[in-house]
Amino acid sequence: MTITLALFLIVVAVTLGITAWAARRARTTVQFWAAGRQIKGWQNGLAIAGDYMSAASFLGIAGLIAFNGYDGFMYSVGWLVAYLTVLFLIAEPMRNTGKYTMADVLAYRMSPVPVRSAAAFATVAVSASYMMAQMIGAGSLIKILIPTLDTNLKPYFNWTVFGTHLDPSITMVGLLMMIYVIAGGMVATTWVQIIKAILLMSGAVLLSFLVMLHFGFNFGSFFNAVAGVKDSATKLNFTQPGILYPYGKKQVFGIDLALLDNISLGMALILGTAGLPHILMRFFTVPNAKAARQSVAWAMGLIGSFYIMTTFLGFGAATLVGKAHICASNSNLAAPRLAEFLGGQFFGTTGAEFLLAFISAVAFATILAVVAGLTLAAAGAFSHDFYVNVIRTHLLHGQVSEREQVTVARITAGLVGLLSIWLAARVGATANAAALVAGVAFVIASAANLPAILFTLFWKRFNTWGAVASLVGGTVVTIWLVAIGPGWTLPANAHPAFPLQNVGIVSIPIGFALAIIGTYLGELVKADKLAEVKFHEIDVRAQTGLGAEPTPVPA
Amino acid sequence: MEVGKSVPTQPGSRKEAPPPEPPVADVAHWEGLEQTDEFRQLVRSRLRFVLPATVFFLVYYFLLPIGNGLAPDLMKTKVIGEVNVAYLFALSQFVMAWTLAYLYIRKANRVFDPLAAKLRARAAAGKDGGAR
Repeated sequence: MTITLALFLIVVAVTLGITAWAARRARTTVQFWAAGRQIKGWQNGLAIAGDYMSAASFLGIAGLIAFNGYDGFMYSVGWLVAYLTVLFLIAEPMRNTGKYTMADVLAYRMSPVPVRSAAAFATVAVSASYMMAQMIGAGSLIKILIPTLDTNLKPYFNWTVFGTHLDPSITMVGLLMMIYVIAGGMVATTWVQIIKAILLMSGAVLLSFLVMLHFGFNFGSFFNAVAGVKDSATKLNFTQPGILYPYGKKQVFGIDLALLDNISLGMALILGTAGLPHILMRFFTVPNAKAARQSVAWAMGLIGSFYIMTTFLGFGAATLVGKAHICASNSNLAAPRLAEFLGGQFFGTTGAEFLLAFISAVAFATILAVVAGLTLAAAGAFSHDFYVNVIRTHLLHGQVSEREQVTVARITAGLVGLLSIWLAARVGATANAAALVAGVAFVIASAANLPAILFTLFWKRFNTWGAVASLVGGTVVTIWLVAIGPGWTLPANAHPAFPLQNVGIVSIPIGFALAIIGTYLGELVKADKLAEVKFHEIDVRAQTGLGAEPTPVPA
Repeated sequence: MEVGKSVPTQPGSRKEAPPPEPPVADVAHWEGLEQTDEFRQLVRSRLRFVLPATVFFLVYYFLLPIGNGLAPDLMKTKVIGEVNVAYLFALSQFVMAWTLAYLYIRKANRVFDPLAAKLRARAAAGKDGGAR
């Protein structure tokens, strides 16, 4: 236990050290939001990987595979293939036309007040649901891995706010992330993400190596062992698909429900990534489109290698530790328990304790890096889009100084942090919703943000009405479908009004349809003639990088 | 840069700072660039790669869940020892993604970047294809 605590403190000390260094480099708006656009391609690639591979992918997928075998691997596949959408359609045009946030790109062609407000709404919806899942995960993880930390923290973080008792572990994670973002902005966030990516990759390589060492580097005998693990309900073995998605049970409109659910999940995974505000924001930190492209290449190399290794972690935990010994109710513990087992087998009791502590520290760093990125994205939507550009510039017709912009950015980052601590304690304590919310973020991103971005860049007739319709409509429809579907309540609703747990297959087409219908309605009332005229400009800029935001010369 | 200064001024110059946009930033300018041969070639060559590649990866990806659901016996067929078609197909998705990314980046470096650079040079020289 003392080793775990020591490693946790090292992670905290190193990241706070980085923040202190970064604080001197986060004074202007371009430094605070975009790290001065001086992040190199490979560095940004590592940071994207660190921003993207959340605790849900490290602990969550390893757990899904450990409990359900092959079907859990479907997430891994989708999360890599997603980057082809980002590479082909999004990364370079984003860098060429954007400034600090996704809404900057939309506001190029559209009326700034409605489109920035709608984009801020969708950004906050995506980031809040993603963040909630991360924070609740962090809370439960810390409680199990180092119970003494939670009890030791209790006297200091024993606060009740508006009738909700704050969770000490969540509060600590939230406060740390607030320090990174408020003091160090994008610079600190980037370097925390880079360090986390390196830690995560080393952890996964180490565990995969030890799993294969156990099987004498014989892939055949490893798979024999995996095939020896059987699911009791479906009688399938763990190399076979169909455990998590039991095909041939129920039908909707003559189509297999499990198949629809699986396709629906895939749609959200491969389209949603290209609409996640905290990932899009990363492309503004590099000097030009070429570096944006390079960073996707680096990210794909790292993310792909990591997700292939999830089969060693997940199948390893299934064969070597077993469901019963991982934890009856919490599949997230598969990777830590696997680390404990392998450490014990190769290095004795101290080894077990050390490896468990190391993997726990990696998971902790993972959560910190992801929540910092999310806080920055949500704060950007509030402060840069809504406060600076909507309220101050367009409604009050004011000039906003650099100093005011950065101050407001820091204050909103703090408010976002406090709000998420409170919400995580509130939601985490009551609902089954916690497990669902991360998936919801991907669906909102693909149903609301993606149509707005793609059509702004590539469709000449697209206008403000279409953009607002998809941003607001896509978000609302997604949340509504999830709320009336199965799984929102505990125990799961047996006869939900909407049959699918993954709502993407319905809400993503609706999001795109709303964008198109909104555009034609806007044309009918002749609301927005500027959008079509301005298309020529964004078209040339997106393709060539002409007039792209420059990299400021360091003082 | 100093904190608190919203507009950086040139030292020693009493004139107001010039507007940040180049003087040619108007609609005709952008439309003119849009109609140049280089721009059309850039858009065409990009589309010729991105469109088929996107269709291919979407089809290839969704074949995996569809295959698992509709042809479970085929997917469970063992290929090497206990390693079955389903696992190999899933692994091939990683190879597919990396290969397409490599091909795109190679094409971008060799074809798209030089064309874009030509257009930027043309705009800097104040030429825009004669639309004005």
